[in-house]
Amino acid sequence: MKLDIGKYVESGVEWLSANASGFFDAITTGIDAIVSAMQTVFLASPFWLTIIFFAVLSYYLPARGRLFTKEGWKAGGGISIFTVLGLLLLYFMGYWEETMQTIALILASALLALVMGIPLGIYAARNDRAETIIRPVLDFMQTMPAFVYLIPAIILFSVGNVPGVVATIVFALPPAVRLTNLGIRNVPADVVEASRAFGSTKRQLLFKVQLPLAMPTILAGVNQVIMLSLSMVVIASMVGASGLGQAVYKGILQADIGLGFEAGLGIVVLAIILDRITQNLGLEGVKTKE
Amino acid sequence: MGDIHVKNLNVIFGKRKKEALRLLNQGESKASILEKTGCTVGVYDANLEIKQGEIFVVMGLSGSGKSTLLRCFNRLIDPTSGSIVLDDKDIVQCNEAELREIRRKKMTMVFQHFGLLPHRTVSSNVGFGLEIQGIDYETRRKKAYETIETVGLKGYEEQMTGQLSGGMQQRVGLARALATDPEVLLMDEAFSALDPLIRNNMQDELILLQEKVNKTILFITHDLDEALKLGDRIAIMKDGKIVQIDTPENILTNPADDYVKAFVENVDRGEIITAGSIMFENPASIRIDHDGPKVALRKMRKVGVTSLPVVDNKNNFLGFVKDEEMAYMEENNLDKISEYMHSKEEVRAVNPDTPVADLLPLFLDNIYNIAVIDNDKKLIGVVVHSSVIGEMIGTNREKVVQLKEEGGLAL
Ligand SMILES: Nc1ncnc2c1ncn2[C@@H]1O[C@H](COP(=O)(O)OP(=O)(O)OP(=O)(O)O)[C@@H](O)[C@H]1O
Ligand SMILES: [Mg+2]
Repeated sequence: MKLDIGKYVESGVEWLSANASGFFDAITTGIDAIVSAMQTVFLASPFWLTIIFFAVLSYYLPARGRLFTKEGWKAGGGISIFTVLGLLLLYFMGYWEETMQTIALILASALLALVMGIPLGIYAARNDRAETIIRPVLDFMQTMPAFVYLIPAIILFSVGNVPGVVATIVFALPPAVRLTNLGIRNVPADVVEASRAFGSTKRQLLFKVQLPLAMPTILAGVNQVIMLSLSMVVIASMVGASGLGQAVYKGILQADIGLGFEAGLGIVVLAIILDRITQNLGLEGVKTKE
Repeated sequence: MGDIHVKNLNVIFGKRKKEALRLLNQGESKASILEKTGCTVGVYDANLEIKQGEIFVVMGLSGSGKSTLLRCFNRLIDPTSGSIVLDDKDIVQCNEAELREIRRKKMTMVFQHFGLLPHRTVSSNVGFGLEIQGIDYETRRKKAYETIETVGLKGYEEQMTGQLSGGMQQRVGLARALATDPEVLLMDEAFSALDPLIRNNMQDELILLQEKVNKTILFITHDLDEALKLGDRIAIMKDGKIVQIDTPENILTNPADDYVKAFVENVDRGEIITAGSIMFENPASIRIDHDGPKVALRKMRKVGVTSLPVVDNKNNFLGFVKDEEMAYMEENNLDKISEYMHSKEEVRAVNPDTPVADLLPLFLDNIYNIAVIDNDKKLIGVVVHSSVIGEMIGTNREKVVQLKEEGGLAL
C-alpha cells in the first residue's frame, strides 16, 4: 500500500479550482490591478525621473539627519552614484522596460506579503498558542522548493503575473511574520510592564511601545521580504511573469548566453540598489517624537 | 483617603494553587509545597496597613516575595486570594476598566531598571501617563515640564533618555510616576541599579520630595540601610511571609525573631538609634531648691553613679554635680549646691531624637553623662557613656562595662 499524499493535495487543489473559482478570480483581479497600476506608474514616468527618484531615495535614507554634511555624503553618496550608473547602464542596454516591470512586480509582491505578514506577526507575538502553530507553517513555506508553488498557482490563477506574485508572496512572507514577532517579543519586559502599570490598553501598548521599539527588527524583515521577492523573479517568469526574469528564462530556453547574462546583470544591479535602500530604512538615529 | 488596607493576601504561582494554599494553611514550608505541588509561594497571608503620606518600606532577601507583593497593588500580578482596599475599593476585585482607571489616576510605579521608552524624549516619557489618559499634547507637555523641574532635570526636557546617566534616568522614571498626580507611588528597588553615591543622593531627594508631594509610597528594597533611612515603617519579609512590621528604631531594638536580628546585626546603628531609646528615663536628680550635698551623695551611692543632673522645682535641667565636689562640700559644711554645679556652659544636653552617632563626639573631653531634655528644657533622661559605646559597637551596656574592666593590657 502506498500513502498517496500527492493525490490528496491534487484533489484538494482541483476541488478549490472547481468550487471556489469566484474567490480566486477576485484575488486574480485584485493582484492584477495592483501590479498593473505599479507597472503603469514606472513605465509611464520618463526614465530620468525614475533614476532621479531612486538616486535621491538611496541618498536620503542613509544620510537622514545629516543630509548636506560630509558624513551624510560618506553614508549615502556611494550608493547614490551606483544607483544612477546602474540604472543608466540598464537603460542603455535596452532593458528599461523589463527593469521597470520587475520593480513593479517585486514591490507589489513585497507590499502584499508585508500587509499580510506584519499583522500576522503581531498576532503571533501576542498569543503564544498562535505562535506555536504559525512557526512550523512558516518553516514549511520557506523550505519547500519555491518551484513547487508554481503548480497550484497556475491551476488556481492561470498564467501571467498573478500566479508569479502569488508564488512570490508565499515564499517571501515568512520573514515578515517572523521578524515582526521577534521584534515585539524582544521589547524589554520592564518597558512593557511600565506601560501596563500606567494604565495603557493593549492597543496603546502596541502602537505606543511595542511597534516603535520593534521597528528596526520589522524593517529588517521588510528588507528580507524584498530580497526574497527579487530572488523569485526568474522562477515566477516560468509561469509567465514579465520583466528581467522573463529575459533570463528566455536566455536559458534559447541557450542565449548574452541575453541571459545581460538580464542577470540587471537583476544583480536591482538587488544591490533595493538592498541598500531598504537596509537603511531602520537606521539608528532616526528620532521619532510621539 | 489614601490609606491602603491589605488583608490575607496570598500569591501562589503554578497550576495547583488550591492545593498549595491548603498545604500552606496547614503550616507547610515554601520548599515542601514546591516539592509536593510544583507551586511557588510568592506571598503568604500578608496583612498590612499603609497610611496616607507615609513611606512604607518592604525589605527582605532576594526571592522573599517583595516584588510580588508590590505588583499585587496595581495587579501586574493577580493575587490568588485576599484583598487590597484603597479608598473603599478592593483592587483585587476590580475589572479591567476599573483597574486601568486606578493605574492611570491613583497608583503609579517606578522601576528598578527605569523602564523608560528609549525612542522618546525626556518630556514625552514623563508625559506618558497623561498621554495614555488621552490628555492633549499642550497640557501634558506643560505638566511634564513642571514635573521635570520638580525632580531637578530642568534643561534636559528634549534629550533622548538613552543619553542620560542612570541617576538621571531614574529621575525621569520618578517624574513620569509623579506627573499623573497619583495618590500612591510604588517603587520596586528604584535605586538599586544606581551607584552608591548617586543612590544616597536620590534617597535624600526622595525624602525632600516627599515633604513636598506627600504621597503614599510603597518602597521595596533589599538594602537595610536604605530601608532604615527612608521608611516611616518597615515590613520585613521572609519566604513570602511578613515577619515584622515596625518603625526603623523598633526593628533594630526589638527584632521579632532571629531572622530579623541577623538582618539588622550589621547595620550602622549610629544613625538610627536615638538618644531617646538608650537613655535612662526619669533619672535620679538633685533639686536645686532643697537638696544639699548630703542628699546628693546618698542618691549617687544608691544609684551607683559619680554624677547627677540638677533640676529646678519645675524639672528644668540646670547642670550636673560630681561626687568629689559634693564630698568636699560636705566636709567643709558648704550647702549652696549651685556654687559647685557644672552648669550648661560645660555640660551638654540633647533632644531625644538625636542619633547616637551625633552623641559620641559630645563625650570628647567630657566626663559627665549627657542630659536628654524635651522642647521645654525639662529633664527627661540621661545617656551614659557605656550605652553610647555599646550602641556604636553593637553590644549591650553590660558587655561594654565588662569589656572595660577586663580589656587592655595588664601593667
Ligand atoms: N511569574 C512567576 N512565576 C513563578 N514564580 C515566580 C514568578 N515571579 C516570582 N516568582 C517566585 O516568587 C518568589 C518571590 O519572588 P519576588 O520576585 O517577589 O522576590 P523579590 O523579593 O522581589 O526578590 P528580588 O530581591 O530578587 O527582586 C520567588 O521564589 C520567585 O521565584
Ligand atoms: Mg524584586
